Amino acid sequence: MSIETQGNTLTFASIDGDAGLKAALAMSRADIVDTVSASGMKGRGGAGFPTGMKWNFAGSERGDEKYVLCNADEGEPGTFKDRVILTEFPDLVFAGMTIAGRAIGATVGIVYLRGEYTYLRSHLNAVIKKRRADGLLGKDVGGVKGFDFDIIVALGAGAYVCGEETALIESLEGFRGEPRNRPPFPVVAGFRHRPTTVNNVETLASAACIFAEGVDWFKSFGTDRSTGFKLFSISGDCEKPGVYEFPFGISVADLLKEVGGSDAKAVQIGGASGTCVPRKDFARQMAFEDIPTGGSVIVFGPQRDMLAVAENFLDFFVDESCGQCTPCRLGNVKMLEGARMLQEGTCSAEYVAELRELSITMQVASKCGLGQTSSNAFMSILEHFGDEITSRAPQAETARS
Amino acid sequence: MLVTQQEQLRNEVNALVDRLGPGRSSLIPILQDVKWRYHDIDSDAMQIIADLLDIHPVEVYGVATFYAFLDPAAQGEYVIRLCRTVSCELAGKDAIARQLEAELGIGFGDTSEDGRFTLDWAACMGMCDQGPALLVNDRVYTRVTPDTVRQIAAECRSAYSGHSAEREEGYLV
Repeated sequence: MSIETQGNTLTFASIDGDAGLKAALAMSRADIVDTVSASGMKGRGGAGFPTGMKWNFAGSERGDEKYVLCNADEGEPGTFKDRVILTEFPDLVFAGMTIAGRAIGATVGIVYLRGEYTYLRSHLNAVIKKRRADGLLGKDVGGVKGFDFDIIVALGAGAYVCGEETALIESLEGFRGEPRNRPPFPVVAGFRHRPTTVNNVETLASAACIFAEGVDWFKSFGTDRSTGFKLFSISGDCEKPGVYEFPFGISVADLLKEVGGSDAKAVQIGGASGTCVPRKDFARQMAFEDIPTGGSVIVFGPQRDMLAVAENFLDFFVDESCGQCTPCRLGNVKMLEGARMLQEGTCSAEYVAELRELSITMQVASKCGLGQTSSNAFMSILEHFGDEITSRAPQAETARS
Repeated sequence: MLVTQQEQLRNEVNALVDRLGPGRSSLIPILQDVKWRYHDIDSDAMQIIADLLDIHPVEVYGVATFYAFLDPAAQGEYVIRLCRTVSCELAGKDAIARQLEAELGIGFGDTSEDGRFTLDWAACMGMCDQGPALLVNDRVYTRVTPDTVRQIAAECRSAYSGHSAEREEGYLV
């Protein structure tokens, strides 16, 4: 089994997360939340919700028990940065979880590890065990009287939708991973209906960094509205795929130069639920104010068939839709059929227009992020590569000629 | 299922419930364990689990059928899942798929007659920079080539317990 990081050196490698934990434990709970808010950090999973606000909501709720959940259900196609973080910097993640626990008043943290990463579990449990022995987990964490916090690892079982926070909670509770209606949000009624903060692996690791190095240091990276550095998972048609760290605000072109993919005709940013950015838009920036992303970048070389890419994504969503709400369950099937009709050259322009309308219906009417975003890739490929896609000859005709 | 086998399963599930607690949160870890041990989750197993967790067997069925890794159907001792999502597709997963079918003599979704192999697809498994990637039970293989497919199959045929991950640790409080 190979675990490797390529790309540039990660800031995480030079940070002592436990120094951050120590600094945080010296603060009041309100100050911890204020520090994270002041850093301007937004969730690294891709949705970009301000972390400080989330901790503040969960912290100000009353509850006999509260929970910190680490979302390690990294299922977005093209994303693998969390695997690298969990492999190489688990202490940073656990320090971040412990800080979150202190901030909101939780005593239990749970890492929801996707089933595909089962091989990481014994590694994570060994680190947790060591932290308990070092007094960094368990009773009176870090010598702070009355602050008890422990972490366990729970395994997922192969469902993309469980990366959605309410589906993740359902799964942890032993149910089908079907997203809940919101409100109430998890910060009010989450795991076991107690106040819960669900944060991405990278968000928690970055939180530990903020306390180790300071808010000003963190804000020295990135843009005004997207502070800090971000890990990117780069795959596809480039010379050096791997996990890279860049400050928010980097342009697509600069990123491609770094990874050896400058001849790309398009890149898919944000995974299957993200958008396809064509070459003419490579000056755009990776940041929440321009192209928001959880860090997945899939590079498509000049010879790639973009319709085949769209079909692959739609196939994925048909498979991974939880089936609970109709726009997502049926909409994705119709989208896939449409992509296949285009492939065969039997799709009328009228039908393409109907698919566009259906896409809007799915965005508006689906219950969770899966259905709301699943048609994005197909639609952006249709928009930017319409000529390449809609002019296909019917297959029967091609066979005859 | 024979009565003695049923008894054995009941005892095993009982031991799990003792360790994990009788709460609903124990359901998925129990199903993971049963699936790992028996390579299937049949209706007797669902009934036993339901009894011990005090829920309706339909609830157990609903959960087991939801998750790709808890498929109640009988699967082989080695479940080989080839990633079919886009990065592995770009990296040439089609050739690996054909090689797997040829090497194992079964198609995707099928289980070999001797009960040793099941071949299936995986959705993106987070090895996108090292594709094509596949899982053999819990073990990850990356940068798979048609040649290494042969080695992987041979490894599974010879090693008896090489792939069993350690499961003695607790899953959830």
